[in-house]
Amino acid sequence: MRKFLFFLTFFGTLSIIIVFYLGLKTEKIYSTKDLIGKPISEVNLDLLNTDGSFNTSELKNNNFTLINFWASWCGPCRKEHKYLIELSKNDNIKILGVNFKDNKLKANKFLNKLGNPYFLIAKDDSGKKSIDFGVYGIPESILIDKNLVIIQKYIGPINKKDVKYIFNAIGS
Amino acid sequence: MKNYFKIITSIIFLILSSNCFSDENLNYKIYKNLRCLVCQGQTIADSNSDFAMTIKSVVDDKVKDGMKENEIYNFLADKYGDWILYKPPFKLKNYILWFLPYILFFLGGILLLLIFLKKTPLSKK
Repeated sequence: MRKFLFFLTFFGTLSIIIVFYLGLKTEKIYSTKDLIGKPISEVNLDLLNTDGSFNTSELKNNNFTLINFWASWCGPCRKEHKYLIELSKNDNIKILGVNFKDNKLKANKFLNKLGNPYFLIAKDDSGKKSIDFGVYGIPESILIDKNLVIIQKYIGPINKKDVKYIFNAIGS
Repeated sequence: MKNYFKIITSIIFLILSSNCFSDENLNYKIYKNLRCLVCQGQTIADSNSDFAMTIKSVVDDKVKDGMKENEIYNFLADKYGDWILYKPPFKLKNYILWFLPYILFFLGGILLLLIFLKKTPLSKK
Protein backbone atom coordinates (compact mmCIF):
# COMPACT_ATOMS: atom_id res chain seq x y z
CA MET A 1 0.00 0.00 0.00
CA ARG A 2 2.77 2.41 0.98
CA LYS A 3 4.73 1.49 -2.11
CA PHE A 4 1.69 2.13 -4.26
CA LEU A 5 1.07 5.50 -2.64
CA PHE A 6 4.70 6.42 -3.15
CA PHE A 7 4.59 5.50 -6.86
CA LEU A 8 1.28 7.25 -7.32
CA THR A 9 2.59 10.46 -5.71
CA PHE A 10 5.87 10.20 -7.59
CA PHE A 11 4.34 9.65 -11.03
CA GLY A 12 1.57 12.13 -10.34
CA THR A 13 4.09 14.84 -9.48
CA LEU A 14 6.29 13.85 -12.40
CA SER A 15 3.41 14.01 -14.88
CA ILE A 16 2.35 17.43 -13.56
CA ILE A 17 5.95 18.71 -13.93
CA ILE A 18 6.12 17.31 -17.50
CA VAL A 19 2.81 18.91 -18.45
CA PHE A 20 3.90 22.29 -17.05
CA TYR A 21 7.30 22.00 -18.73
CA LEU A 22 5.73 21.19 -22.09
CA GLY A 23 3.27 24.03 -21.52
CA LEU A 24 6.12 26.47 -20.96
CA LYS A 25 7.78 25.39 -24.20
CA THR A 26 4.60 25.71 -26.24
CA GLU A 27 4.39 28.83 -28.39
CA LYS A 28 1.56 31.08 -27.27
CA ILE A 29 1.53 33.22 -30.37
CA TYR A 30 0.21 32.47 -33.82
CA SER A 31 2.82 30.70 -35.89
CA THR A 32 2.71 29.83 -39.54
CA LYS A 33 5.07 26.87 -39.38
CA ASP A 34 2.18 24.39 -39.70
CA LEU A 35 1.23 25.94 -43.03
CA ILE A 36 4.59 25.34 -44.71
CA GLY A 37 4.40 22.42 -47.11
CA LYS A 38 0.64 22.79 -47.60
CA PRO A 39 -0.76 23.92 -50.94
CA ILE A 40 -2.66 27.18 -51.14
CA SER A 41 -6.35 27.09 -52.04
CA GLU A 42 -7.50 27.78 -55.55
CA VAL A 43 -9.16 31.16 -55.16
CA ASN A 44 -10.71 33.55 -57.66
CA LEU A 45 -9.56 37.12 -57.15
CA ASP A 46 -10.88 40.24 -58.87
CA LEU A 47 -8.28 42.38 -60.58
CA LEU A 48 -7.60 45.88 -59.31
CA ASN A 49 -7.40 47.87 -62.52
CA THR A 50 -9.41 45.83 -64.97
CA ASP A 51 -12.77 44.02 -64.81
CA GLY A 52 -12.09 40.33 -64.88
CA SER A 53 -10.66 37.93 -62.38
CA PHE A 54 -7.69 35.71 -61.79
CA ASN A 55 -7.52 32.18 -60.42
CA THR A 56 -4.57 31.24 -58.26
CA SER A 57 -4.22 27.95 -60.19
CA GLU A 58 -2.73 30.09 -62.95
CA LEU A 59 0.28 30.64 -60.69
CA LYS A 60 1.41 27.16 -61.74
CA ASN A 61 2.84 28.88 -64.81
CA ASN A 62 5.44 30.64 -62.61
CA ASN A 63 8.46 28.86 -61.17
CA PHE A 64 7.99 30.67 -57.88
CA THR A 65 5.43 33.23 -56.79
CA LEU A 66 5.36 35.57 -53.87
CA ILE A 67 1.79 36.51 -52.98
CA ASN A 68 1.99 39.86 -51.24
CA PHE A 69 -0.95 41.36 -49.34
CA TRP A 70 -0.64 45.12 -49.16
CA ALA A 71 -2.53 48.40 -48.98
CA SER A 72 -1.72 52.06 -49.49
CA TRP A 73 -2.86 52.84 -45.92
CA CYS A 74 -0.43 50.33 -44.45
CA GLY A 75 2.78 51.89 -43.10
CA PRO A 76 4.90 48.71 -42.95
CA CYS A 77 3.96 48.03 -46.60
CA ARG A 78 5.92 51.14 -47.57
CA LYS A 79 8.87 49.82 -45.58
CA GLU A 80 8.95 46.49 -47.41
CA HIS A 81 8.26 47.89 -50.87
CA LYS A 82 11.91 48.42 -51.83
CA TYR A 83 12.57 44.73 -51.10
CA LEU A 84 9.68 43.72 -53.31
CA ILE A 85 11.15 45.87 -56.09
CA GLU A 86 14.48 44.09 -55.56
CA LEU A 87 12.78 40.67 -55.78
CA SER A 88 10.82 41.65 -58.89
CA LYS A 89 14.08 42.06 -60.81
CA ASN A 90 14.66 38.31 -60.61
CA ASP A 91 13.17 36.30 -63.49
CA ASN A 92 12.66 33.18 -61.40
CA ILE A 93 10.02 34.73 -59.21
CA LYS A 94 6.83 36.69 -59.89
CA ILE A 95 5.04 38.77 -57.32
CA LEU A 96 1.27 38.74 -57.15
CA GLY A 97 -0.05 41.76 -55.28
CA VAL A 98 -3.32 41.47 -53.43
CA ASN A 99 -4.57 44.93 -52.58
CA PHE A 100 -6.30 44.56 -49.22
CA LYS A 101 -9.34 46.66 -48.19
CA ASP A 102 -8.06 49.65 -50.10
CA ASN A 103 -9.12 52.43 -52.40
CA LYS A 104 -8.22 51.88 -56.06
CA LEU A 105 -7.03 55.45 -56.64
CA LYS A 106 -4.89 55.52 -53.54
CA ALA A 107 -3.46 52.09 -54.34
CA ASN A 108 -2.40 53.22 -57.82
CA LYS A 109 -0.97 56.44 -56.42
CA PHE A 110 1.09 54.36 -54.01
CA LEU A 111 2.49 52.25 -56.86
CA ASN A 112 3.16 55.26 -59.08
CA LYS A 113 5.19 56.81 -56.31
CA LEU A 114 7.11 53.75 -55.07
CA GLY A 115 7.20 51.58 -58.19
CA ASN A 116 5.25 48.52 -59.25
CA PRO A 117 6.88 45.18 -58.39
CA TYR A 118 3.80 43.13 -59.23
CA PHE A 119 3.22 41.08 -62.38
CA LEU A 120 -0.47 41.18 -61.52
CA ILE A 121 -2.53 43.12 -59.01
CA ALA A 122 -5.66 41.60 -57.54
CA LYS A 123 -7.92 43.08 -54.91
CA ASP A 124 -9.73 41.93 -51.84
CA ASP A 125 -12.14 44.70 -50.88
CA SER A 126 -13.86 42.84 -48.03
CA GLY A 127 -10.81 40.98 -46.72
CA LYS A 128 -12.74 37.69 -46.92
CA LYS A 129 -10.69 36.25 -49.77
CA SER A 130 -7.53 36.73 -47.72
CA ILE A 131 -8.93 34.32 -45.14
CA ASP A 132 -8.52 31.61 -47.80
CA PHE A 133 -4.79 32.34 -47.65
CA GLY A 134 -4.64 32.39 -43.86
CA VAL A 135 -3.92 36.11 -43.75
CA TYR A 136 -4.64 37.93 -40.51
CA GLY A 137 -3.11 41.32 -41.05
CA ILE A 138 -1.02 43.10 -43.60
CA PRO A 139 1.63 43.13 -44.89
CA GLU A 140 1.82 39.40 -45.31
CA SER A 141 3.58 37.43 -48.03
CA ILE A 142 3.43 33.80 -49.06
CA LEU A 143 6.19 32.21 -51.09
CA ILE A 144 4.90 29.31 -53.16
CA ASP A 145 6.44 27.02 -55.75
CA LYS A 146 5.16 25.78 -59.11
CA ASN A 147 2.86 23.27 -57.39
CA LEU A 148 1.31 26.06 -55.30
CA VAL A 149 2.91 24.59 -52.18
CA ILE A 150 3.83 27.08 -49.45
CA ILE A 151 7.60 27.36 -48.98
CA GLN A 152 7.51 30.21 -46.51
CA LYS A 153 5.00 32.62 -45.06
CA TYR A 154 5.95 36.06 -43.83
CA ILE A 155 3.90 37.95 -41.30
CA GLY A 156 4.80 41.61 -41.30
CA PRO A 157 7.11 43.42 -43.70
CA ILE A 158 9.77 41.38 -45.44
CA ASN A 159 13.34 42.54 -44.87
CA LYS A 160 16.82 42.11 -46.29
CA LYS A 161 17.26 38.76 -44.54
CA ASP A 162 14.01 37.47 -46.03
CA VAL A 163 15.05 38.60 -49.51
CA LYS A 164 18.29 36.65 -49.09
CA TYR A 165 16.31 33.59 -47.96
CA ILE A 166 13.94 33.89 -50.92
CA PHE A 167 16.82 34.18 -53.39
CA ASN A 168 18.35 31.04 -51.86
CA ALA A 169 15.04 29.19 -51.92
CA ILE A 170 14.40 29.94 -55.58
CA GLY A 171 17.99 29.09 -56.49
CA SER A 172 19.20 32.49 -57.59
CA MET B 1 -57.48 21.80 -19.21
CA LYS B 2 -56.43 25.44 -19.30
CA ASN B 3 -53.10 24.54 -17.74
CA TYR B 4 -52.45 21.90 -20.39
CA PHE B 5 -53.16 24.45 -23.07
CA LYS B 6 -50.72 26.90 -21.49
CA ILE B 7 -47.99 24.26 -21.23
CA ILE B 8 -48.44 23.12 -24.85
CA THR B 9 -48.46 26.72 -26.10
CA SER B 10 -45.28 27.48 -24.13
CA ILE B 11 -43.53 24.40 -25.53
CA ILE B 12 -44.53 25.30 -29.11
CA PHE B 13 -43.35 28.88 -28.54
CA LEU B 14 -40.04 27.66 -27.14
CA ILE B 15 -39.46 25.28 -30.06
CA LEU B 16 -40.34 27.95 -32.61
CA SER B 17 -38.19 30.61 -30.96
CA SER B 18 -35.23 28.26 -30.66
CA ASN B 19 -35.57 27.43 -34.36
CA CYS B 20 -35.80 31.12 -35.28
CA PHE B 21 -32.50 31.86 -33.60
CA SER B 22 -30.77 28.55 -34.24
CA ASP B 23 -28.55 29.91 -37.02
CA GLU B 24 -27.50 32.89 -34.93
CA ASN B 25 -26.82 30.59 -31.99
CA LEU B 26 -24.72 28.33 -34.16
CA ASN B 27 -22.74 31.30 -35.47
CA TYR B 28 -22.16 32.56 -31.93
CA LYS B 29 -21.16 29.09 -30.79
CA ILE B 30 -18.57 28.96 -33.58
CA TYR B 31 -17.27 32.47 -32.78
CA LYS B 32 -16.82 31.41 -29.14
CA ASN B 33 -14.61 28.51 -30.14
CA LEU B 34 -12.36 30.62 -32.37
CA ARG B 35 -9.29 32.44 -31.11
CA CYS B 36 -8.75 36.03 -32.17
CA LEU B 37 -5.18 35.81 -33.44
CA VAL B 38 -4.51 39.52 -33.13
CA CYS B 39 -5.93 39.90 -29.62
CA GLN B 40 -4.73 38.87 -26.18
CA GLY B 41 -6.71 35.83 -25.09
CA GLN B 42 -9.99 36.91 -26.66
CA THR B 43 -12.38 34.83 -28.68
CA ILE B 44 -13.66 35.98 -32.04
CA ALA B 45 -17.04 36.49 -30.32
CA ASP B 46 -15.56 38.91 -27.78
CA SER B 47 -13.41 40.91 -30.18
CA ASN B 48 -14.27 43.81 -32.43
CA SER B 49 -10.90 43.80 -34.19
CA ASP B 50 -10.77 43.96 -37.96
CA PHE B 51 -9.60 40.35 -38.11
CA ALA B 52 -12.43 39.16 -35.83
CA MET B 53 -15.05 41.04 -37.85
CA THR B 54 -13.79 39.46 -41.09
CA ILE B 55 -13.76 35.97 -39.54
CA LYS B 56 -17.32 36.53 -38.25
CA SER B 57 -18.40 37.54 -41.72
CA VAL B 58 -16.73 34.47 -43.27
CA VAL B 59 -18.37 32.18 -40.67
CA ASP B 60 -21.78 33.76 -41.42
CA ASP B 61 -21.25 33.10 -45.14
CA LYS B 62 -20.20 29.49 -44.56
CA VAL B 63 -23.20 28.83 -42.29
CA LYS B 64 -25.50 30.39 -44.90
CA ASP B 65 -23.91 28.14 -47.56
CA GLY B 66 -24.91 25.15 -45.42
CA MET B 67 -21.44 24.26 -44.14
CA LYS B 68 -21.49 22.26 -40.91
CA GLU B 69 -19.81 23.46 -37.72
CA ASN B 70 -16.97 20.94 -37.95
CA GLU B 71 -16.39 21.75 -41.62
CA ILE B 72 -15.98 25.43 -40.70
CA TYR B 73 -13.49 24.55 -37.96
CA ASN B 74 -11.58 22.33 -40.40
CA PHE B 75 -11.55 25.10 -42.99
CA LEU B 76 -10.15 27.66 -40.54
CA ALA B 77 -7.70 25.20 -38.95
CA ASP B 78 -6.45 24.41 -42.44
CA LYS B 79 -5.74 28.11 -43.04
CA TYR B 80 -4.46 29.17 -39.61
CA GLY B 81 -3.51 25.89 -37.92
CA ASP B 82 -5.18 24.33 -34.86
CA TRP B 83 -4.14 27.39 -32.82
CA ILE B 84 -7.25 29.22 -34.02
CA LEU B 85 -9.47 26.64 -32.28
CA TYR B 86 -10.06 26.91 -28.55
CA LYS B 87 -11.22 23.31 -28.34
CA PRO B 88 -8.26 21.30 -29.62
CA PRO B 89 -9.07 18.64 -32.21
CA PHE B 90 -8.88 14.95 -31.26
CA LYS B 91 -5.47 14.16 -32.76
CA LEU B 92 -2.57 11.90 -31.79
CA LYS B 93 -0.48 14.78 -30.45
CA ASN B 94 -3.41 15.96 -28.32
CA TYR B 95 -4.21 12.57 -26.75
CA ILE B 96 -2.45 13.47 -23.49
CA LEU B 97 -4.50 16.67 -23.33
CA TRP B 98 -7.76 14.79 -23.80
CA PHE B 99 -7.04 11.78 -21.62
CA LEU B 100 -4.98 13.24 -18.76
CA PRO B 101 -8.01 14.49 -16.79
CA TYR B 102 -9.66 11.06 -17.04
CA ILE B 103 -6.42 9.30 -16.05
CA LEU B 104 -5.96 11.64 -13.08
CA PHE B 105 -9.61 11.16 -12.14
CA PHE B 106 -9.19 7.38 -12.30
CA LEU B 107 -5.96 7.42 -10.27
CA GLY B 108 -7.57 9.75 -7.74
CA GLY B 109 -10.45 7.28 -7.44
CA ILE B 110 -8.03 4.40 -6.81
CA LEU B 111 -6.20 6.49 -4.23
CA LEU B 112 -9.41 7.32 -2.39
CA LEU B 113 -10.49 3.70 -2.52
CA LEU B 114 -7.16 2.54 -1.11
CA ILE B 115 -7.29 5.11 1.66
CA PHE B 116 -10.85 4.06 2.44
CA LEU B 117 -9.94 0.36 2.44
CA LYS B 118 -6.94 1.04 4.63
CA LYS B 119 -8.96 3.04 7.13
CA THR B 120 -11.89 0.62 7.38
CA PRO B 121 -10.05 -2.34 8.96
CA LEU B 122 -8.21 0.01 11.29
CA SER B 123 -11.44 1.54 12.55
CA LYS B 124 -12.82 -1.94 13.20
CA LYS B 125 -9.86 -2.73 15.39
